[in-house]
Amino acid sequence: MILVLVLACAGILLAASVLAVVIGRTKAATPVVYGVCLLASLLACAAAAAELLGSSAPASLALPLGVPWLGAHFRLDALSAYFLAVVSLGGFAASLFALGYGRHEQAPARVLPFYPAFLAGMSLVVLADDAFTFLVSWEFMSLSSWALVMAHHRDQENVRAGYIYLVMASFGTLALLLTFGLLAGPDGGYAFADIRNAHPSTVLAALVLILALVGAGSKAGLVPLHVWLPLAHPAAPSHVSALMSGVMTKVAVYGFVRIVFDLLGPPAWWWSIVVLALGGITAVMGVLYALMQHDLKRLLAYHTVENIGIIFIGLGLALAFKAHGMAFAAALAMTAGLLHVFNHSVFKSLLFFGAGAVLSATGERDMEHLGGLIHRMPQTAFVFLVGCAAISALPPLNGFVSEWLTFQAILLSPELPSWGLKLLVPAVGALLALSAALAAACFVKAFGVTFLGRPRTPAAARARETDRSSLAAMFFLAALCLIAGVLPGLFMDALAPVVHGFVGARMPVQAGVEWLSIVPIAESRSSYNGLLVFLFMVISGTLAASAIHRLASDRLRRAPAWDCGYPDPSPVTQYSASSFAQPIRRVFGTIVFRAREHGEMPPPGDMRPARLTVELHDLVWETLYAPLAHAVGFAADRLNRLQFLTIRQFLSLVFASLVTLLLVLAIWP
Amino acid sequence: MAVIIDLAVQGAQMLLVLLLAPLLTGLGRKTKARLLRRRGPSLLQPYRDLVRLMRKEVVLAESSSWLFRVIPYLVFAATWVAASLVPTFRTGLLFSWSADLIAIIALLGSARFFLALAGMDVGTSFGGIGSSREVMIASLAEPAMIMVVFTLALVAGSTQLSTVAGALLNSPVGLRVSLGLALFALMMVALAENARIPVDNPATHLELTMVHEAMVLEYSGRHLALIDLAAELKLLLYLSLIACVFTPWGLGGPDAGAAALALGLASYLGKLAIGGWLLALFETSIAKMRVFRVPEFLGAALMLGLLATLLLFVSRSL
Repeated sequence: MILVLVLACAGILLAASVLAVVIGRTKAATPVVYGVCLLASLLACAAAAAELLGSSAPASLALPLGVPWLGAHFRLDALSAYFLAVVSLGGFAASLFALGYGRHEQAPARVLPFYPAFLAGMSLVVLADDAFTFLVSWEFMSLSSWALVMAHHRDQENVRAGYIYLVMASFGTLALLLTFGLLAGPDGGYAFADIRNAHPSTVLAALVLILALVGAGSKAGLVPLHVWLPLAHPAAPSHVSALMSGVMTKVAVYGFVRIVFDLLGPPAWWWSIVVLALGGITAVMGVLYALMQHDLKRLLAYHTVENIGIIFIGLGLALAFKAHGMAFAAALAMTAGLLHVFNHSVFKSLLFFGAGAVLSATGERDMEHLGGLIHRMPQTAFVFLVGCAAISALPPLNGFVSEWLTFQAILLSPELPSWGLKLLVPAVGALLALSAALAAACFVKAFGVTFLGRPRTPAAARARETDRSSLAAMFFLAALCLIAGVLPGLFMDALAPVVHGFVGARMPVQAGVEWLSIVPIAESRSSYNGLLVFLFMVISGTLAASAIHRLASDRLRRAPAWDCGYPDPSPVTQYSASSFAQPIRRVFGTIVFRAREHGEMPPPGDMRPARLTVELHDLVWETLYAPLAHAVGFAADRLNRLQFLTIRQFLSLVFASLVTLLLVLAIWP
Repeated sequence: MAVIIDLAVQGAQMLLVLLLAPLLTGLGRKTKARLLRRRGPSLLQPYRDLVRLMRKEVVLAESSSWLFRVIPYLVFAATWVAASLVPTFRTGLLFSWSADLIAIIALLGSARFFLALAGMDVGTSFGGIGSSREVMIASLAEPAMIMVVFTLALVAGSTQLSTVAGALLNSPVGLRVSLGLALFALMMVALAENARIPVDNPATHLELTMVHEAMVLEYSGRHLALIDLAAELKLLLYLSLIACVFTPWGLGGPDAGAAALALGLASYLGKLAIGGWLLALFETSIAKMRVFRVPEFLGAALMLGLLATLLLFVSRSL
């Protein structure tokens, strides 16, 4: 019943897409389309949450669509319900935001038809129950998001972003196609139920794992497959950026979990080594890339890469524990990873909305041209600050809870018997701690340069507070950050049926614990109570404030800034984004990006200004993609000659290939 | 009744850390002055400074925002809560389970996050330089601290500070290489986190290498008093942490009577005095390092912590 309902929601979204084509040029199109999306997403989110909390048996449905002998299978189990809830929640918030933000869109006819289709595609991916439906929905999601990336196609940078995205998305889908081909085997059982019953050999399973990592990882943004993400996510309109970064990467995580935890059968111990190493590297590289950016939306996109790394660390630990039969530890690690899926989708959407509000208020994405927006946009600044604190894993907000759970899972791993993991897991723990600390640095920079200080351009000085529905969407997500931070037990309990299905155990029930604490293993081992920490902070802050207002002087005078006696009125003398990152660039960037600074100081008497240029290298691009692109170009150049053959040569070429193929067929055993 | 006593003990701890924090700073300053053959200010000077600052008017920069005025309270609240959760004279306080050691570190991280934002708020170059250096130092100090936490948690089988202290006090843990390495790493992190020599100089105002002082340069009056008090609390927190984990002797258990509590209190005061004296001695005998030497110093702390954790991981199966 619920399955029919959520499929109907996807159908409504598809219908809205068609409607948008018809009425796209009229004035009412924007509110109507986003309004329909908002209601459909809300309905789907409520239905998915009801399914998750009600924990009924999985429902399936086969529709006579698609390939005739297969049909389209849909299934709603706990995992699908959880991810559907995440997708629809993101869709709801983005549609609410777009009700206001969408009015600033110059070319609504290029956005409105694809937006509902994108939402529908993502919902259908998590509901699909056979390889064919999964891949078609996946491509649907990829292509509609590509169309949204290309919405502002007159910008040359966006065209390049769209091109790279298209290439990477096709590559990822190819990997997934091969994954399902291998899983289905020679008899071609493409329904997920058939795949579950087949047991692939060790070599085949290893191959499937690698292909799934490439296919889902390229969509999620695992390093080194992340290159398209920081180009494509910022290029789209901001509410779509929020969906791509906050939600579509989670659909990719869903694909990975579905294939590796569900379809592939019991894991081998070394799988986790691959996943953990990739996760750790992705986490640190993502945040280091983010620190080097001064484009606000690109910084956020790179930060998505970091959070995907954190999620994969949780999933990798879960695989390790599962392979060694430690079901309870696996449940803890998987809960940590999946909880971070929800948390990240909430605060990343919030931050992209904030960036969108800034963009529509000032027309600027470059932080070096912003500053002082907290005076002009106080409410946006407040919610953006909440998002920054949440993503930096600061208590009592939600980002901290999932990272804390991941640390607790790491502390259980000395019991793992295999040596490779014993050596790797502490290093991954260090990488996780490093990425958390760097994330805080990154968001001090993002918030400090954009919202604090003095405006660096007239555009920033003239900014106006954003509209009501955008603010409503952001306040809604900020409230969710706080609620999930102080009452994490509710969310962990909701995840129990998801986790139980894959690792055969669940975490202890958190709902009955005194004072609403969370206790992952045992009270003597570790516990955390976000609610009490929040209350303590409120109480001690209030105590301090009231004591000071009673006892201390309350005189206050406004005066020019002190700045050690040398204040400079020009806003250019403030710390900029790149100068803020300079110490970190010098410590980490000299190795990771081969960062070099070149100072050019004219001789005395020369009136030219001195210049400092920073040279950064993206080593992933330069060592992996640039040679690859070069090789493809070279091969294409050589093959170009084939176009200019004579008719005799063409015919002999055709004949030769026919003979070769027949020979291969004859010799094939 | 038991709940009321527990609440009273918890409240006493909160007040105790608040009252002792300036005294510890005063002790450090006095000892340093004596080591330099100066007479030095009175032990009570930090209290007088706080009172004086409270009485003064606040001079607020014209370009500062509402956040600038809220941050001192946020920083103070986060640091005070964190300091109240570290066992001082007794383990197993009423609310000790509400946050474990990782959460305490993260609370200090929150305080630093907001303080760094305060440095950016007015839009001066000094504030920016302080903030950017502070986050650079933190980006290495925090992982090093997490590695220390891992070591302690693996030795004691818990991240709960009360349990860790109890385990190290009561069970025959003995001398361990890992604990030694962790102690070294923790001391290095504590020096960096509290802006002490050799990482930063707490006594300077006009030096380009300053970090903490540059961040709070624009603060005055009651706001500055709160920030100073928070910094003093943080120093006390780190000394209490080292004391309760590495020298847990005398610490009262969860069911300690009045005599045990008195003993716990006396030993705590003794440990603080020794710790403050040692810190002053160390600071006097070493020179401040260049800013870009600090990553090497903290990188060493991170490696020590990682080595300690790795040893524990590997030694589990031996």
